[in-house]
Amino acid sequence: MATTTADRRSSAAPRAGVVHRALDSDIFHSFKRSPVTVLAAAITLVCFIGAIFAPWIAPHNPFDLRTLNLLDAFTPPIWTTEGDARFILGTDDQGRDVLSTIMYGARISLFVGFLSVIFAMLLGVGLGLISGYIGGTVDSFVMRIADIQLSFPAILIALLIDGIARAALPAALHDEIAIYVLVLAIGASGWVQYARTVRGSTLVEKNKEYVQAARVIGLHPVAIMVRHVLPNVMGPVLVIATIHLAIAIITEATLSFLGVGVPPTQPSLGTLIRVGNDFLFSGEWWITIFPGAALVIMVLSVNLLGDWLRDALNPKLR
Amino acid sequence: MARTGANLPLLQVENLRVVFPTRRGTLVAVDDISFHIDPGEVLGVVGESGAGKSLTGAAIIGLLEPPGRIAGGQVLLEGERIDNLPYEQMRRIRGRRIGAVFQDPLTSLNPLYTIGRQLVETITTHLDMTPQKARDHAIELLQEVGITAAERRIDHYPHQFSGGMRQRVVIALALCANPRLVIADEPTTALDVSIQAQIIALLKKLCSVHGAAVMLITHDMGVIAETADRVAVMYAGRIAEIGPVKDVVKHARHPYTAGLMGSIPKVGEHVERLTQIEGAMPRLNAIPPGCAFNPRCPRAFERCRLERPDLLPAGSSHAACWLYDAASAPVRAVGDA
Amino acid sequence: MIAYIIRRLIQSVVVMLTVGFVAFSLFAYVGDPISIMLGQEFTEADRARIAADLGLDRPFFVQFLRFVGNAIEGDFGISYRLARPVDALIVERLPATLELSMVAAFFALVAGVPMGVYTGLHRDSWLSRFFLTVSLIGVSLPTFLIGILLILVFSVILGWLPSFGRGDVVKIGWWSTGFLTASGLKALILPAITLGLFQMTLIMRLVRAEMLEVLRTDYIKFARARGLANRAVHFGHALRNTLVPVITITGLQLGAIIAFAIITETVFQWPGMGLLFIQSVTVADVPVMAAYLCLVAFFFVVINLIVDLLYYAVDPRLRIDKGVSGGH
Repeated sequence: MATTTADRRSSAAPRAGVVHRALDSDIFHSFKRSPVTVLAAAITLVCFIGAIFAPWIAPHNPFDLRTLNLLDAFTPPIWTTEGDARFILGTDDQGRDVLSTIMYGARISLFVGFLSVIFAMLLGVGLGLISGYIGGTVDSFVMRIADIQLSFPAILIALLIDGIARAALPAALHDEIAIYVLVLAIGASGWVQYARTVRGSTLVEKNKEYVQAARVIGLHPVAIMVRHVLPNVMGPVLVIATIHLAIAIITEATLSFLGVGVPPTQPSLGTLIRVGNDFLFSGEWWITIFPGAALVIMVLSVNLLGDWLRDALNPKLR
Repeated sequence: MARTGANLPLLQVENLRVVFPTRRGTLVAVDDISFHIDPGEVLGVVGESGAGKSLTGAAIIGLLEPPGRIAGGQVLLEGERIDNLPYEQMRRIRGRRIGAVFQDPLTSLNPLYTIGRQLVETITTHLDMTPQKARDHAIELLQEVGITAAERRIDHYPHQFSGGMRQRVVIALALCANPRLVIADEPTTALDVSIQAQIIALLKKLCSVHGAAVMLITHDMGVIAETADRVAVMYAGRIAEIGPVKDVVKHARHPYTAGLMGSIPKVGEHVERLTQIEGAMPRLNAIPPGCAFNPRCPRAFERCRLERPDLLPAGSSHAACWLYDAASAPVRAVGDA
Repeated sequence: MIAYIIRRLIQSVVVMLTVGFVAFSLFAYVGDPISIMLGQEFTEADRARIAADLGLDRPFFVQFLRFVGNAIEGDFGISYRLARPVDALIVERLPATLELSMVAAFFALVAGVPMGVYTGLHRDSWLSRFFLTVSLIGVSLPTFLIGILLILVFSVILGWLPSFGRGDVVKIGWWSTGFLTASGLKALILPAITLGLFQMTLIMRLVRAEMLEVLRTDYIKFARARGLANRAVHFGHALRNTLVPVITITGLQLGAIIAFAIITETVFQWPGMGLLFIQSVTVADVPVMAAYLCLVAFFFVVINLIVDLLYYAVDPRLRIDKGVSGGH
């Protein structure tokens, strides 16, 4: 049963280079191994690029009234008999190219979605840190509000905030800042998850020796929270954020569909679906189905990424 | 080491290998170990965390968590192989012929059911009894493990018992179908020190009364010295030494065991410093070739670094150490017969 | 036990008052009710008269108390848009929403829980993977899109089911029900599925996650070590422990259905409270908004209370017992 000494170098010595370590990490490995996730990431990337660079790469500009021709209206998609090569996915009732409106619409949808998530994350993480670290009445108060808010569905809260803004502001002003009101509404309806998670982690970290040591040295509480507690908590926060992004996009689409979201001058995918819905019965299905499909694909990809991220970061599943 | 005929051991483990496939290669957690347990005896299995003791117990009872699996060797219960049985047959052996007690009594019991329900359920699964008879049997068991007012408390929930009481309930559950072997995996580690002795004594007494052998897995050598008949010392997934308890404790043969014993303060002995073994047990993906202990061994020589030692006779025990191979040992080990 | 109930009741009242306060603030500060009601041409005298009628010249706190008093009796004033008493509107619309919500909730539970249990127990079977894929799509599809797709397939293309309205309803007292007519039942199907699908996927994922968690616990391991049959381990132990925490969250989800009804009612033109609410939001019809808020809050509070009591009844650890152990 003799073994040679040649295989003494069993474990790999840590190699230099952050990139190399990242590519060698468990997370990236689980990423590579799941073809669905890779596909989802690719699709998400394509959607993002298409949406962000829409003004430059869209085949048409649907908002330039000079290029619109009513004669082009209701053109079906390119693979049908009456299709037109200029309009791959057909046109709507005003002669706008559906593909282009989708790209511009996705832009708005993603914009609102991302901003809402960032807002909710800042608000939630901030409140969670403060609440967990300071404790006491501040903590109870914040958590009470969180509990009350959590018992109401987010969409209702978003509707409420939007409705109040709509009622309180004159119509013209409201239209201009509608997008930001929307961001505020969706963000305010979603901060609780972040706050709770961060608070939980903060409570755990607060009692660890290294935090107490930092306090003894005299580090400012804010510095302690940011430098020490925050990095430990970013994993779960990231998972929540991905899932929240999907929810935010859906919420914005829903509000726009209901007519209380983005103003008509900046249509998002939800608005497009609402507008196209009127033509469903008369047979021009593509005006609503394609924006719908785009929305679903985008959200599905984000959800897949979020699912994968959650599994990859979950230490219990390793 | 297997014997046949009238003195058939209760449990025989032969060349057992437990592996964990990971993406960086296969980790060998239990590497070719062999031992036996006779009916009614208490075998202690001792070693540091990560030495493979719990995995051995899990492998014997068939509860290895995937991706861990048995990659070699066999396990025989009363002469029949049990490591390759289909799930349903193994299930019938669990509880009925092999019982188990785990470490944390807090989490071993389902918090939503009364202990009576859990007892009766186990009894009726294995023994042919009416629920009423099963309940009476359960009450008797509870009295045996020392729970007062058993007729009343049988309808209580686990959270209404203290830690020590809960572990007694767990022991009752493990013994309720009269198994021949009980695998106790760190049964007292999660308990207060003051209660540990009571629970160990209870376990030993009950098992001897019911005629069950015990495989007592622990990292506490003191418990082994008190309770076990024989002891196996595990290191890095291998057995370093195995033999009668008094022998191993008083005359440790393997240098690792000697180091372990030397690090325990003994009443009545005057020492200036306790022995400390340099270094740490190697990680599973970095086990040195030859004898796994050789980098830390004060008596290692050339052969130790090249060949893995078999379990060689050393006095009345066996030690996996080349010091006990007359052909190669540079110096005879002290205190040998 | 009694102390617990009283505590929860007090909390509920606090929540209701908070919501009432928010609703009332809408009244007081948002929009100008008088000009909405009177239109463009009015005299100062008219204005003063209406103001006195509505009590708008009183101090804030007094107005709030008046509001609460009225609210408890169900009086929320008059809708700006429809010029009818709000409570009458609500009574008209409530049965539609409640029936729809109940059917949707039932569907979500009856489909979601078994699917969740199955995918938790048989992690790698193809059926599980199928369910999970469906659930992922379900979570990614906004409710309104589901409605549109269902309408497209079952109304436009196949023509089997109606795409709007409630069908024929039968009035029993002040309640109007669609359960007793064929057309009423047919009209319920698509909206109920639309409303319940999202909740169903959430419930399924929740049950699955909880089940996987429970299957990893020590007591399940010990149950297997005792040789209990798979059925006993999975359904006797694992399922029971899975459902306990699931109850709370599921209860809250089902409460959310009432709010999500807004979307479904819009897509299907279902004459319920949700549709009324959306219509009032677009024109800032504050009395209706306030009334809807308070009503929904009331439902939530009641559901929360029921869920808490259920939890208490089901989990023995929450009951403080006199028979705590002694000795070791």
